[in-house]
Amino acid sequence: MSHYPRPGINPDYCKGCGLCVASCPKKVLAISEKLNSKGYHYCEYTGDGCIGCGNCFYSCPEPAAITVYLKDHQPGKEA
Amino acid sequence: MARTLMKGNHAAVYGAVMAGCTAYYGYPITPASEIAEGAAEIFPKLNRTFLQAESEIAAINMVYGAAGSGRRVMTASSGPGISLKMEGLSYCAGSALPCVVVDVMRGGPGLGNIGPEQSDYNQVVKGGGHGNYRNLVLAPNSCQEMCDFTMLAFDLADRYRNPVFVLTDGVIGQMMEAVELPKPVTHIPDRSEWAVCGTPLNKNLINSIYLDLDDLERWNMALDAKYRSVKENEVRYEEYLMDDAKIAVVGYGCVSRVLRSTVEMARARGIKVGLFRPITLFPFPEKQIRAFADRGVEKVLTVELSTGQLVDDVNLSLQGTLKSDLYYRVGGNVPSALEILNRISELYGV
Amino acid sequence: MEKKTVLRKPAGFLDVYKHKPGAEKDRTHYCPGCGHGILHKLIAEAMEDLEIIDDTIIISPVGCSVFAYYYFDGGHFQVPHGRAPAVGTAVSRANPDKIVISYQGDGDLAAIGGNNILQAANRGESIAVFFVNNAIYGMTGGQMAPTTLEGQVTTTTPYGRNPATDGLPLRMAEIINQLEAPTFVARVSLHNPANIRKTRAAVRQALQNAKEHKGFQFVEVLSMCPSGWKQTPVNCLKWIEEKMLPIFPLGTLRDRSAEATPVVRPEPVLEPGKVLEKLGLTEDKSRGFARGTVAEEYSEMSIRIAGFGGQGIMSTGQILAQVAMEYGYNVSWLPSYGPEMRGGTANCSVNIQDDTIGGAEAVSPNMVIAMNRPSMEKFEKTMVEGGSLIYNSTLVEISPSRTDIKAFPVPITGLANELGDIRVQSVVGVGAYAAVTGMFRPEDIIEMLPQFFKGKNKSIIDLNASAVRAGYDYVKNNF
Ligand SMILES: Cc1ncc(C[n+]2csc(CCOP(=O)(O)OP(=O)(O)O)c2C)c(N)n1
Ligand code: SF4
Ligand code: SF4
Repeated sequence: MSHYPRPGINPDYCKGCGLCVASCPKKVLAISEKLNSKGYHYCEYTGDGCIGCGNCFYSCPEPAAITVYLKDHQPGKEA
Repeated sequence: MARTLMKGNHAAVYGAVMAGCTAYYGYPITPASEIAEGAAEIFPKLNRTFLQAESEIAAINMVYGAAGSGRRVMTASSGPGISLKMEGLSYCAGSALPCVVVDVMRGGPGLGNIGPEQSDYNQVVKGGGHGNYRNLVLAPNSCQEMCDFTMLAFDLADRYRNPVFVLTDGVIGQMMEAVELPKPVTHIPDRSEWAVCGTPLNKNLINSIYLDLDDLERWNMALDAKYRSVKENEVRYEEYLMDDAKIAVVGYGCVSRVLRSTVEMARARGIKVGLFRPITLFPFPEKQIRAFADRGVEKVLTVELSTGQLVDDVNLSLQGTLKSDLYYRVGGNVPSALEILNRISELYGV
Repeated sequence: MEKKTVLRKPAGFLDVYKHKPGAEKDRTHYCPGCGHGILHKLIAEAMEDLEIIDDTIIISPVGCSVFAYYYFDGGHFQVPHGRAPAVGTAVSRANPDKIVISYQGDGDLAAIGGNNILQAANRGESIAVFFVNNAIYGMTGGQMAPTTLEGQVTTTTPYGRNPATDGLPLRMAEIINQLEAPTFVARVSLHNPANIRKTRAAVRQALQNAKEHKGFQFVEVLSMCPSGWKQTPVNCLKWIEEKMLPIFPLGTLRDRSAEATPVVRPEPVLEPGKVLEKLGLTEDKSRGFARGTVAEEYSEMSIRIAGFGGQGIMSTGQILAQVAMEYGYNVSWLPSYGPEMRGGTANCSVNIQDDTIGGAEAVSPNMVIAMNRPSMEKFEKTMVEGGSLIYNSTLVEISPSRTDIKAFPVPITGLANELGDIRVQSVVGVGAYAAVTGMFRPEDIIEMLPQFFKGKNKSIIDLNASAVRAGYDYVKNNF
């Protein structure tokens, strides 16, 4: 995937609580049909439309489950 | 340094000051309050912390915080307050934190009264709080020892990273004697390896949780090994005219002073009584008491200001070679030397 | 701070949760949708952004956040249930240049630790408190908390919290806000992104203040407990909004961040020379009085001093012990206290001897100083044969009943009265004792008076000197 903003979700850390889905103003997050290794239906980015608001990042209780790459993000460079 | 006339309670404060104790957290209770009052007067002169906590529970948790921060720290109380400290003490032992607690015992149970008793023996010497831990317990019987043993308590606390009690009674806390103040310590052991302190901060963890069953078992075994090494190395006691004694009287704290007078009165009458005074109550001088019979002792009388707490340890130590009799006074009463001698005469027909 | 281009796991968290047992050292133990995780993230992010990771000490309570120490970078204390503010008090005083965070649940802070939080707040301790109000006991399986809502069903309020028996929810932020000392008090919530951002701002303000050592910060956070509430995480959001907000109104209750002055704590003095100097112990003040010849019967003294409270009984005894100490004797002084001390009478025991002192109570004294009649009647009986009884003949109008003792009737109160101040009667007694026993020279006692009456002016010292002489001379002239 080449363009930002967009969320990066680590399915393994997701506990499927759905708080990010509820927080997303663009409704571009959804709980997957699939299960992760812990047996949770995890959250997925359903495609384009992320505006980089960060709501999902701050709503997610799991430290490493969601990363949000903002508009100016350049791969390999983190600030 | 000059001798100064002071209360046992104040002597404990000086012991702490000279040991480099930088924080005192406490809550007033008779007959221990002069320790808080003394600390309140002296500690601020040295930029050290004195804080009157909201309760004994708060005080022992402040002790936990200061000890975990690598400071030498002390609190003091009496029966009801010591009862309240038990959870915190268990945490201190469980987290291997060095700290010093002075217990100036009073009459119980419940509110009891403020007279001298020794009825905190079991709760202090046997651990008191939950879990497999012990307190090291020193039992001074003079104002000088209140000072010296408090100072020693800080060393032992550091050496074993464990709470150390100075267990005394209202008589020793309230009485005044000449005290020769020791010199302040020049060196306090480094704690950077385990304490949360320093700049940059040592990011250590002060904790007693071991979720894994085997981990907790291992930790308990490590504590047990520590207490066994304490038993091996730290037994302290005092004898008076024990070498030819046929009758041994056993007692600690203010009772041991009265017993000394009893021994003198008995000897004046030609009765061979000797005094055995445990100084450390944990570790208890088991071997020395076990050796009574081999040394020619025929009768043992334990005298205590509790209805049979010390005597249990004496009998355990005797291992059936002899059986200790018990004489006690409680309620704030202290037996006189003659009263005890009369009891000896009655019991042993001497 | 550079503008972020990525929102990712903040550096205030450890990379690997090394203290967490088991294999999963990369994820939290919290239930799905638990508010604790969100608040953790806000704190960890603020630690990173405020550059305080290497100066922060976190206190983990008992409750679901008992394992907070797994996750945060920094120094850690795990503490007994409710006691984080007490522990934090000492930690912040021992580490005055560090940032101390107390992270607590509502059972921990508002129930078992209710007093500790109030007192720490009232003292204005340098602690930032993050208080997770989830209206329930999460860890122990959903019992009632002090913050549980009226009618709320929990495992210990199976019929709903009943105000008549269980009280109403405690509003801790409002209670803390009653106190003068706290710097910053806010209640915030995690139930939607806008409120999470307000929570984020409150967390940052609290930690900024903590970084500047500006006293006590209190941030109450309304937080979801899906497991305890037995609701889906998303429904929990609605429950906070509909049920909790009316009872727990949000907002900044107090912000004195700008005016607050940093707490400064000087380094403790430990250097031995300085310690002695500050305590005034550098010079040996002992006098080392030379002993005169003392009759055999007075060479080893066991003394009981007794009278009304207010007659200076305790100080008479202390003065005797102090003076004797300067003559090189072993001394002890024991007050009557405890069950003895009733009905306004007082007594004390003093031992003066060369040998080690045994029992400190003068059970069978060879000297009694009786300042009133009940004291004489009580302690005369206890004396050894041949002992000496000094009694205050001003107040004791009878004679001793024992004939096997030596009696010294001295009008102690009367002599003091003649000097114009009956408060000096204790010192008259000391003078009489010196004359009877020959143990002390009156000049030596007088030399020590400034030490006994520290801070008193010369006229009072002189008056007491006359009192020593009066007691001493009376005995010398009459017996
Ligand atoms: C002295 C003591 N009493 C009781 C407990 C048991 N206990 C553990 S957690 C807890 C309740 C914690 O609830 P809360 O503070 O609301 O935190 P939460 O779990 O909801 O985050 C209790 C009662 C304990 N550990 N120690
Ligand atoms: S950053 Fe905002 S818009 Fe993008 S996925 Fe997350 S919540 Fe949705
Ligand atoms: S029980 Fe409640 S507070 Fe505890 S982790 Fe689960 S959701 Fe969070």
